[in-house]
Amino acid sequence: MRQLRFLQAMNEAYRQVMAEDESVMILGEDIRGGIRGETKGLHAAFGDDRVLDTPISEAAFTGFATGAALAGLRPIVQFQVPSLIYVAFDQLVNQAAKMRLMLGGQADLPVTYTIMVSGTRGGNAGQHSDNPYPYLVHAGFKVVCPSTAYDAKGLMIQAIREQDPVVFIASAMSLPHKGEVPEEIYTVPLGKGQVRRAGTDVTVVAVGHLVPEALAVAESLSEKRGISVEVWDPRTLLPFDRDGLLESVRKTGRVVIYDDTNRSCGYASEISAILGEHAFSSLIAPIKRITRADIPLPYNPDLEAAVLPSPMQLEQAICSVWSYSKS
Amino acid sequence: MSNILPPQMARKMYADMFRIRQFDIKVVELVDDDLIPGSCHEYCGQEAVAVGVCSALTKKDILTSTHRGHGHTLAKGGDVGKMFAELFGKSAGYNKGRGGSMHIADFSLGIFGANGIVGAGAPIACGAAHKFKAAGEPHVAVSFFGDGAINQGVVHEAMNLAAIWRLPVIFVCENNLYAMTTPLRDVTILELYERAQSYGMASTKVDGMDVGAVFDTTFSAVERARAGGGPSFIQCDTYRYFGHYSGERHMKTTYRTQQEIDEWKKRDPLDFWAERLIQGSICSAQDIERMKREVDEQIAEGVEYASQCPAPSPQDALEHMYAVNYPYTPAQGAEQ
Ligand SMILES: Cc1ncc(C[n+]2csc(CCOP(=O)(O)OP(=O)(O)O)c2C)c(N)n1
Repeated sequence: MRQLRFLQAMNEAYRQVMAEDESVMILGEDIRGGIRGETKGLHAAFGDDRVLDTPISEAAFTGFATGAALAGLRPIVQFQVPSLIYVAFDQLVNQAAKMRLMLGGQADLPVTYTIMVSGTRGGNAGQHSDNPYPYLVHAGFKVVCPSTAYDAKGLMIQAIREQDPVVFIASAMSLPHKGEVPEEIYTVPLGKGQVRRAGTDVTVVAVGHLVPEALAVAESLSEKRGISVEVWDPRTLLPFDRDGLLESVRKTGRVVIYDDTNRSCGYASEISAILGEHAFSSLIAPIKRITRADIPLPYNPDLEAAVLPSPMQLEQAICSVWSYSKS
Repeated sequence: MSNILPPQMARKMYADMFRIRQFDIKVVELVDDDLIPGSCHEYCGQEAVAVGVCSALTKKDILTSTHRGHGHTLAKGGDVGKMFAELFGKSAGYNKGRGGSMHIADFSLGIFGANGIVGAGAPIACGAAHKFKAAGEPHVAVSFFGDGAINQGVVHEAMNLAAIWRLPVIFVCENNLYAMTTPLRDVTILELYERAQSYGMASTKVDGMDVGAVFDTTFSAVERARAGGGPSFIQCDTYRYFGHYSGERHMKTTYRTQQEIDEWKKRDPLDFWAERLIQGSICSAQDIERMKREVDEQIAEGVEYASQCPAPSPQDALEHMYAVNYPYTPAQGAEQ
């Protein structure tokens, strides 16, 4: 099958949905220029009213999308880098996320927020390296975090078609990923995780760009130590596929969560809590979390590496939980 | 009196203003009787602004409102009973008891909702205006906000968006001279409307106690917007009679003098308009008394209706978060 890069898959999703549905529009900073590629060609194809380059006014263009959605459009709002959502936090958290409930369901908000280059690419320091999805899940947004080009296209199309606000996390480290992507329109459903590698000894829950790393660690441990690691990718963080995860953990009894957000109240904390509540009797080892440290990312590459979740930490954690034997 | 105002409309404006006045006087009473949970921001004194502006709009035009939103909603045609029901937190309320005073909305009337965050409605109005413009529909969006909101960055960002994209938006700044207890003069140097001029839009100041003047100014702004002429800013100088919110009555405040309040009350927008109507032989004193009686009956009926309709079931508390729910989402607070 044809192979596309993650960004090309996003671009194809944008194009196909915009061609199919006239109410879809996209706005953000430097969209028309499209230098990264995901918005390339959209302006030429869909014109001024549907492809908007905004001033550097995150709060206003986020609120603008809310108003456009309430009036019947289906906007995609692109944030150039993740930390810019903080500039628009009122419009996201107080307005868009709360609006439907506060209105008693009078109107829907079919808005998609694309968070570009999420996480670190190395050396971007504290303000350009966040993975802000725990905040967004906490606020009640539906959040998708694809790890493959296939999922990027399918989840993007599903996100745009949802009647509720959805955040699409485009992880920096996932962008170069290349994989098979069908040419036709298809969707990946929300709330359905996927077993990326089957195994029987340990379940690794890996989020977003950490999925390929987890797969590599799993392969190497299988070769080196004969440990059978299952790698499970939640794909969407809210809704979260609780049943899919429990199925895996009931089989393995051992879990390591591998997630690039803060240790305290990060996404791994939530998964860990779900497992503590619902998989207690299946667990034969303590749940382990490999996460970021609770600090902004330092600039120096060695310092940065010291606070990010690493394959080595993952490997150690897998071995540690594996040492608990089934009685 | 306005030149372009048909007599029937001029009469209706009086009734509309009186309805707002009586509604919020009733609200004060109901808050004191503990029938309304939470607090309300009464609109009394500013009626000419909401009514003057909304009289120049159609049902298809939309507005975004503020924390002090009862007046805007009523002026755009909001239903008294459904509003009281919302204030009581009932299922029959506009927002099914999920929003209360600060979030009342009626999408069938183009009321996109009151808002508890100062200035937050301005960009939302711009987004709706973009839809109208892109679809070639002749409607406009009105964003109401107070003098306090003029120092919110998002309002300025929104004015800039409206200007660069020539959106059919009308920014209505209700200058009641205070943001809570902070006098405008302490936080703002220029006249409010002068700031909007710097974005390259038509901007003007009007007597916000004169409903005819507010209507005339809004009418031209609406005409300009419908014709593709872009956004406008209207500063309406007005005054609120009550405290910032319903609770303030029970506090000792010193930020305004009684003398100042009394001075403004001499220019009461309802008395002013009644006088104009009678002088212009548009209606008689008896007509006005009859309108008032009708409004009073509506208010009484609205309260009666709202008290009798059922409260939502606590079992349904998680409803309306999403259009489409998924398993375990939204999550309950206790084990499912
Ligand atoms: C962004 C924001 N800051 C502060 C508040 C608290 N607050 C609510 S109303 C208000 C004063 C608003 O003044 P103004 O905009 O002039 O409206 P008015 O109350 O006079 O109608 C303040 C400070 C808020 N709701 N939102």
